[in-house]
Amino acid sequence: MLADKDRIFTNVYGFQDWGLKAAQARGDWDDTKAILAKGQDAIIDEIKASGLRGRGGAGFPTGMKWSFMPKESKDGRPSFLVINADESEPGSCKDREIIRHDPHKLIEGALVAGFAMRARAAYIYIRGEYIREAETLFAAVQQAYDAGLVGKNACGSGYDFDVFVHRGAGAYICGEETAMIESLEGKKGQPRLKPPFPAGAGLYGCPTTVNNVESIAVAPTIMRRGANWFNSFGRENNKGTKLFQISGHVEKPCVVEESMSIPFSELIEKHCGGIRGGWDNLLAVIPGGSSVPLVPAAQIKDAPMDFDGLKELGSGLGTAAVIVMDKSTDIVRAISRISYFYKHESCGQCTPCREGTGWMWRVMERLREGDAAPEEIDMLFEVTKQVEGHTICALGDAAAWPIQGLIRHFRPELERRIGANLPEAAE
Amino acid sequence: MADRYLEADTPELRARWGTFAWTDDNAAKAKDIVARYPDGRQKSAVMPLLDLAQRQVGAETQTQGWLPIPVMEYVAAYLDMPIIRVVEVATFYTMYNLAPVGRFHVQVCGTTPCMLRGSDDIIAACKARGMAKGHTTEDGLWTLTEVECMGNCATAPMVQINDGNYEDLTPDRLNAVLDALAAGETPKEGTQEPGRHTSEPSGGPTTLCEMVDANHDYRSEW
Repeated sequence: MLADKDRIFTNVYGFQDWGLKAAQARGDWDDTKAILAKGQDAIIDEIKASGLRGRGGAGFPTGMKWSFMPKESKDGRPSFLVINADESEPGSCKDREIIRHDPHKLIEGALVAGFAMRARAAYIYIRGEYIREAETLFAAVQQAYDAGLVGKNACGSGYDFDVFVHRGAGAYICGEETAMIESLEGKKGQPRLKPPFPAGAGLYGCPTTVNNVESIAVAPTIMRRGANWFNSFGRENNKGTKLFQISGHVEKPCVVEESMSIPFSELIEKHCGGIRGGWDNLLAVIPGGSSVPLVPAAQIKDAPMDFDGLKELGSGLGTAAVIVMDKSTDIVRAISRISYFYKHESCGQCTPCREGTGWMWRVMERLREGDAAPEEIDMLFEVTKQVEGHTICALGDAAAWPIQGLIRHFRPELERRIGANLPEAAE
Repeated sequence: MADRYLEADTPELRARWGTFAWTDDNAAKAKDIVARYPDGRQKSAVMPLLDLAQRQVGAETQTQGWLPIPVMEYVAAYLDMPIIRVVEVATFYTMYNLAPVGRFHVQVCGTTPCMLRGSDDIIAACKARGMAKGHTTEDGLWTLTEVECMGNCATAPMVQINDGNYEDLTPDRLNAVLDALAAGETPKEGTQEPGRHTSEPSGGPTTLCEMVDANHDYRSEW
């Protein structure tokens, strides 16, 4: 188990004050000037060496992403850092804890990351439903300005850097980076076609990098403790510590920071009080938020909780939002409810997603009751394949994968329901 | 996609809201909000200004607030935007109410993580009090909406009522919160489970135990 001294988010449960004084006493904003004095390239190299992969779901190497930003502005355009705090993936609730309990880690990270990528300002896009969390964040940013930590000559470094908070208003799609940029510009959050990529033309047509809250908030600690400390946790290519969020049918759902690659069973036994009703009662797990396919009980128990380990099981780490389902779960309904979520959140821009999410949900609802023909299972699978990869953003994929996972692992259950509903088919 | 429709643009609506303008307080806030964005990019402020306008309507009507068309027109004029661009934003994002709501907007999360922890019972408890999805009760107190994942999954099931979240609910705990709100009290927000602080495992944290009682600095152990 990860030692407490190696946890980055020491106030994750909010037992102590989130304010600047208390955060400084825990080590935040400690000689940030010295970190910046190392220079942009040294910071990016350190983050690259740490092995940090983006914590928002896709797992792209963070240091490499920062290095895509232009080193100088040839045409006078400024660069921007956009921090993705639009945490809306069902199962995910980690950025909320960072924002309301350790906001100064995020703001300091914004300065360190923004400086490294030569950005003029950071916009933190926080989901609209995080109302109290946004209040805390606005207040924490004000504290940082009042103390001279951000703004003109941030931390006495000679670098000017602004941090702004922008509240969303209830649209899951704005977690997609180009939709977030559209939303920041005051438009509907509909994703843009890439290229151009945000690093070339993003917010207001300027070079922009969009990073998850957790990716940014861990950066100052990595700079203080060094890349070798961070990459001493987790398996090769899956380094560092990670906030896991365990929900559903465990005895004690919680958010906890652990080492990457921790086995699933250890995560559950150590922090969650075990599976409700014991391990024999486990049905399936959605290990990375609603977008990833479920993994049946037998395969998940010893799996390492990291990007590669879960990919090998045909699923993914996503945001490390672990949704546990025991045998009392109506598994078809659980996935159908996710299908409804994607139908509700489709932005309506691409036809396969706009029409497909509704169609898939309606078929899922019929399968739930067994009110379908057996061949419709294959037809549904086929349609998910036609949605997947045929839309501008990944929401179409995210809507398709949970259904594919269900059909792959629980086809007999779907057939059983159809059989029970059609007496002639059961004969 | 969520089905969302504008309230009809009637003479009565115009009469009630046609003269909408920021209060002095909100005029100052609106100015601050626009200043967050670069020069010439003031339309970035449309989302926070619609929120501010909805809150002002809410304060005037003793509800969570909503966005009548004349109010959207006011925001459009304030930002020098075509009205259709403002309407697009207002209809796209679900937190903008397009029709009047009650004093308390009871938003029960029904997505899978909450569903697994019993959100069906929470919705049933709301219905038992006379609420119906998409409707406001006759006394004007409650509007019930089933919403999508609110990001409180480790303390599920939950409900957001106006600006506050109430988590770790059971029907009894929900009823206690609703009774308190109806009586004009301010119930404690966050988890409703006795002894639980936030998202630590219930019964006490398995990590960072020193942090419970003191603002522990771990740097000496690095």
